[in-house]
Amino acid sequence: MTDRTESVKDNDILVIEGLKKSFSGNAVLNDVDLKISKGETVVILGRSGTGKSVILKCIIGLIRPDSGSIRIFGENFLELNEKQMSSLRIRVGFLFQGGALYDSMTVRENLMFPVIRQPGYKGADLTAKIEEMLDNVGLLNAIDKMPSELSGGMQKRIGLARTLMLDPEIILYDEPTTGLDPVTSNEISHLILDMQKKYGVSSLIVTHDMPCARLVSNRIVVLKQGEFTAEGTYDELERSKDDFVSGFFKFE
Amino acid sequence: MNTAGKSEKTLINLPKSLDDFFVKTAGLAVFAFRIVKEAFLPPYEISETLKQCYMIGYKSLPLISVTGFIIGLTLTLQSIPTLQKFGAESLVPSMVALAVMLEIGPVITALIFAGKIGSGIGAELGSMRVTEQIDAMEVSGTNPFKYLAVTRVIAATLMLPVLVILADAIALLGGFLAVNLFGGMNLQTFIASSMANLGFREVLPATFKTFLFGFGVGVVGCYEGFNASRGTESVGIAANTAVVIASLLVILIDMVMVQLISILF
Ligand SMILES: Nc1ncnc2c1ncn2[C@@H]1O[C@H](COP(=O)(O)OP(=O)(O)OP(=O)(O)O)[C@@H](O)[C@H]1O
Ligand SMILES: [Mg+2]
Repeated sequence: MTDRTESVKDNDILVIEGLKKSFSGNAVLNDVDLKISKGETVVILGRSGTGKSVILKCIIGLIRPDSGSIRIFGENFLELNEKQMSSLRIRVGFLFQGGALYDSMTVRENLMFPVIRQPGYKGADLTAKIEEMLDNVGLLNAIDKMPSELSGGMQKRIGLARTLMLDPEIILYDEPTTGLDPVTSNEISHLILDMQKKYGVSSLIVTHDMPCARLVSNRIVVLKQGEFTAEGTYDELERSKDDFVSGFFKFE
Repeated sequence: MNTAGKSEKTLINLPKSLDDFFVKTAGLAVFAFRIVKEAFLPPYEISETLKQCYMIGYKSLPLISVTGFIIGLTLTLQSIPTLQKFGAESLVPSMVALAVMLEIGPVITALIFAGKIGSGIGAELGSMRVTEQIDAMEVSGTNPFKYLAVTRVIAATLMLPVLVILADAIALLGGFLAVNLFGGMNLQTFIASSMANLGFREVLPATFKTFLFGFGVGVVGCYEGFNASRGTESVGIAANTAVVIASLLVILIDMVMVQLISILF
């Protein structure tokens, strides 16, 4: 592994350069650059359908970009073979928009699944860990429920607990609070903040939820026409002269 | 209602042109090839395969048994008068056994299997695709193709032949009941006369084709499920399309295999 000799700094967890992606001729990402360092929380803002989910899916390898480079933990992600990719992927958590719980399994089995499927798993008892993670999201009592018995917000929180089971070093959140009531949204935002403080994870969050962005972000980037056109802290961008950028901060 | 026209159009995803047909056929063939390849590559998902055998095989038993019985009974009842006309009543068991074991048992069972299991797999995997469960599996280090598709195809391939043998046996039981009630034939005579024209040469190839039926139904169900597009209505589309294509495929495989068998044996 050559990562030490490259210009990438040790505390840059994720470095994206020149990412391009089009779907059957429609350019979605034109030139995306992004850097996230250890422990940092970055929020992506952007209009619907501009490719925010596509960025997250490229990072985790669910969509292959047309060109550009993605370095995670110093490794060139796009050049890894399937095995290397899968061992790197488990260091990256992904929270799907709908939670993506396995609906044929109980909550407990959902949380066990990622762990027991790892090649190195030797049959260790996971009960304590499962309970700790469920406690983190305040849903310890749901441990033996089926996903269909849970509300949308609860499913998302369980999804987060499942993501945490593999101790990820960076978590990608796809609209963690969309479609939830303000109280639950606020709870999830605080949960994200707690996870960052408790486990020191880095986060990349796609959201339209400005209170959430204000609470959790260290830095915000704004996606427009396939590029990040603005970047700064919440307060900096709130005072932006650019109509497009300030549009996200006006909610009356 | 104006939704009727729309739903008629969107409830199923069959090829819309000749090009589309070839694209889809090629896609299905590549998918089937990948299933076979990955089935032989480790790691093997043994416990999940066994679980699918249970879900796919055991849970189809009641439906297959009832159908088998009714088919055997009615087939025999309808044959009796015709053969009586020719004074060939004694040939009834032999004719029924031949029809059941070589054609009706395998094909009817496979068609019911396509309806129950093909649509079940299409709907289950389609809903897992739409709700991103398949993606979730992939990002947490499990190969969903192996874990979900290969296991189901193996289970379908192994279980359908078992179900067919069972359906054949129950159909013959139904046939016996018919000749017993209407002609007073006893069990010994029935068995002796029904097996008179059946040897391994007839039964083995007929059993072999049921593996292909099972494989075909499994592959089509998984293919439609994995390729379900976004949106909840695509779950129903995946299930419907899976049944139609799987049923057609069963008939097609049957036609080809019967020709092949008659050439080879
Ligand atoms: N797998 C795919 N195949 C084809 N087109 C896709 C695919 N994924 C996304 N797209 C297209 O890329 C564009 C961006 O989609 P994306 O889901 O990233 O939007 P988004 O910014 O996340 O929007 P939203 O806020 O509504 O979730 C859309 O036009 C979408 O149709
Ligand atoms: Mg999105």
